[in-house]
Amino acid sequence: MTDLAVGAVAGTLAPRRQFVLLRRLAAHRSFQIGLVLVVLLGLAAIFAPLLTSVDPSAMKVRFRFRPPSAAFPFGTDNFGRDIFTRVLYGARVSLWIGLVVAVSTGILGAAIGILAAQFHRLDSILMRCMDALMSFPAILLALGVTAALGPRMESVIVALTVAYVPAGARIVRASALVVRELDYIAAARIAGASNARIMIRHMLPNSVSPLLVHVTFVFAYAILAEAALSFLGVGVPPPTASWGNIIAEGRDYATEAWWVMLFPGLGITLSALGLNLVGDGLRDVLDPRLSWRG
Amino acid sequence: MSRLIAVRVLQAVPVILIVSVLAFLLITLLPGDPAVVIAGDQASPEAIAAVRHNLGLDKPLIEQLGIWFIHLVQGNFGSSLMLNQSVLSAMGERLPVTLSLAALSILITLPVGIFAGVIAAYYRQTWVDTLVMTLALIGVSAPAFWIAILSILFFGVYLRWLPTSGYMPFLQNPALWLRSLVLPALILSLFQIGFLARMTRSAMLEALGQDFVRTARAKGLSEWKAVGKHAFRNALILIVTAIGILLSTAIGGSVVLEQVFALPGVGRLVVQGILARDYPLVQGVMLIYGFAFVLINLAVDLLYTLLDPRVRYD
Repeated sequence: MTDLAVGAVAGTLAPRRQFVLLRRLAAHRSFQIGLVLVVLLGLAAIFAPLLTSVDPSAMKVRFRFRPPSAAFPFGTDNFGRDIFTRVLYGARVSLWIGLVVAVSTGILGAAIGILAAQFHRLDSILMRCMDALMSFPAILLALGVTAALGPRMESVIVALTVAYVPAGARIVRASALVVRELDYIAAARIAGASNARIMIRHMLPNSVSPLLVHVTFVFAYAILAEAALSFLGVGVPPPTASWGNIIAEGRDYATEAWWVMLFPGLGITLSALGLNLVGDGLRDVLDPRLSWRG
Repeated sequence: MSRLIAVRVLQAVPVILIVSVLAFLLITLLPGDPAVVIAGDQASPEAIAAVRHNLGLDKPLIEQLGIWFIHLVQGNFGSSLMLNQSVLSAMGERLPVTLSLAALSILITLPVGIFAGVIAAYYRQTWVDTLVMTLALIGVSAPAFWIAILSILFFGVYLRWLPTSGYMPFLQNPALWLRSLVLPALILSLFQIGFLARMTRSAMLEALGQDFVRTARAKGLSEWKAVGKHAFRNALILIVTAIGILLSTAIGGSVVLEQVFALPGVGRLVVQGILARDYPLVQGVMLIYGFAFVLINLAVDLLYTLLDPRVRYD
């Protein structure tokens, strides 16, 4: 009876709550600005081949070190490659790495956090492993892992995921633990719900909001970290363009051709900025604890 | 209370063990034959065999792990291949540079970041808040190494105010020491200030919304007193947590900035080690940093427990 009533109330309330959240999100100023930035950069990355007819690796030594002009909007580098094209193709690599790291951090973080919250025996083992991973400064851990796996795009993705999963797992575990103690979980258990059902139907939905906020910030961190790794020469190897390695190459002649390293850096900053704004908006709307406004 | 402290301290023991095993795995997980990877593709079979023997890679994995732990207990964190030096002494020589950089940046970060966060919270939803938070957001979004190159171009090459690279030990010339570290420390603190200001603002807003602040206001305390005395003290707890993160990001950030500014610190050592496939060196440095941060995190946790009675669950 009670179960039915709760179900009925939840059934009528849930879509409405989602609608309210969406409306508040749509009205959130920084979320709007962030979303526009992220969508524009994402579209530029997806449609890079349509926005430029040049090959990102095409070298025209005749045109080396040309400053920004109508023919070369962002100028050219020491091989005469078009920086506008390279920044567009670099966006594909950098944003893709950020996205994959964010998604895999979300999935692994949710899995580890919920398993730890549900099974008491696993809890200590899993969380001590997460503590251990979090003891290394993130960039250093990522540096070590990419060093071991070799300078490839896949290594960067694995390395950054390893570095960011622990925080995600902690966040999910914390919110799943809150649900575990609530009466309706006990009720569900008495009604015969399996562990799997409790984890997927009750703990997971309750962790989605904080995890989504975290994952958005991880997307931003991952773009910054990929750039740092590629800049240090252990990330995405040239000639494939990534924002980090264009800056690394441009650094050697930054005094003569500042434009080579300026534009990819702007790309990194704008995408991280956009994602941080989206994350701020999501946090304000989804986390009622912080939604107080004076 | 003392029981909680004991639990926290005991929890750090398995973490230290796991950190050691993770660092151990760095070499053993190298794809293919670790000895070949370390010696290089063109190395002669004798050279590969020598590497294998020196690093103990010819022994079974469990035995290697046992030896690894015995060495750790003896304070042996391995030796660098490229420097012919123990990791401890190589790191010891360079640690003052990295710690100076980290300490200087945190000294800049703490007052500026907290002040910015408090101001933004106090003048919430005015242009002051918007301005401060926009700057903070740029701080956490712009890549430090990129800002570093731009500022070297501007302050070093164009204005010629500051050296573009290099380092002077404090004991030899404190003025030049400061000059060589000012720019990297400032850039390192950009991210940190942004991070701390954002964190402080949320904490302050949360605290300002709570009953005890309303009570303080109601009993006639001025807004500044209500904010300063009550809310800020509450937010102090959050700042304690921030210190651990600030230290960790300072060490992480120093890896990139030491490279850009050619500062002879631990971060530069690690990058050189990776590019030279000096895996024992990288392994040793990660291990020592890992241990250090287990202890730092433990200290933060304990301090946090002391400051916030609400954390004392059983």
